[in-house]
Amino acid sequence: MSKPSEQPGLPNALFEVATLLAMLAAIGAIFLYVPDDALQGPVQRIFYVHLAMWLSTTYPAFAVFGVASMLYLWTREPQWDRLGHAAAELGLLFCTLGLATGSIWAKPAWNVWWTWDARLTFSMILWMIYAAYLLLRTLVQNEDLARLLSAIFSASGLAVSYLTYKAVYWWRSIHPAVIVTREGSSGLPDPRMQITLVVTLIAFFLLFLWLMRVRVHTARLQEEAEELRATIVRA
Amino acid sequence: MPHFGFLFAAYTLVWVALFLYLRSLASRNRDLERQLGELRELLERSGRVSPGDEPR
Repeated sequence: MSKPSEQPGLPNALFEVATLLAMLAAIGAIFLYVPDDALQGPVQRIFYVHLAMWLSTTYPAFAVFGVASMLYLWTREPQWDRLGHAAAELGLLFCTLGLATGSIWAKPAWNVWWTWDARLTFSMILWMIYAAYLLLRTLVQNEDLARLLSAIFSASGLAVSYLTYKAVYWWRSIHPAVIVTREGSSGLPDPRMQITLVVTLIAFFLLFLWLMRVRVHTARLQEEAEELRATIVRA
Repeated sequence: MPHFGFLFAAYTLVWVALFLYLRSLASRNRDLERQLGELRELLERSGRVSPGDEPR
């Protein structure tokens, strides 16, 4: 029988407080500190949260999903499968929010909600990979097949993540390159904009880590319940 | 044109989605903790009346 699940302790509480403070700092910086963009006006502030949805959460989620799936295939330790599954679920959530916030920004900026630009198209493919993986994971009961699916989806997800990031540099794209422009300079000329972006990226990365911990805890509880049920059936 | 509506919509969407996801996680955790409690209790009881035990 498995050990009872761990109770959240002091380090967890400190981590939660740090995440909360970072989020408050990010909100304060976005709405009170950073100046309006000269061309776009206040709507440019969507960019801070939109970028965080990709750089602090969706891409790291895919990296964790990929590494954890490979480690699971190698070691067959269930903890890696739990981690990969949790990362995929969070990845889908943040990828959806990344697409949605981008679309909301695109309407006033480009006068369309969506266009089949290279980056947008790869982002949509990325979303479909996450969604298909999670859907198949709920449908496939065979553990070997589930492992194989994890490996295929995580490897293709990592490749598409890289293509999504590089799309604005490799193909003609109307999507702005904010961190580093196509010419190699910063896309945010004002230092206050750069500070706000860094604070927002850190805050959402902390939120991502905290959510990962909570989601992995849920998966552990679920596994514990399944083990207990199996023990009762055997008894 | 300031487009405050779009700014409001984007941030509201993010916070509402995160809030709903956290709420669903918390409810899943509560449900699982309750199930675990019930299963442990059941296992304890079935342990007491298992065939190997001496009758009281």
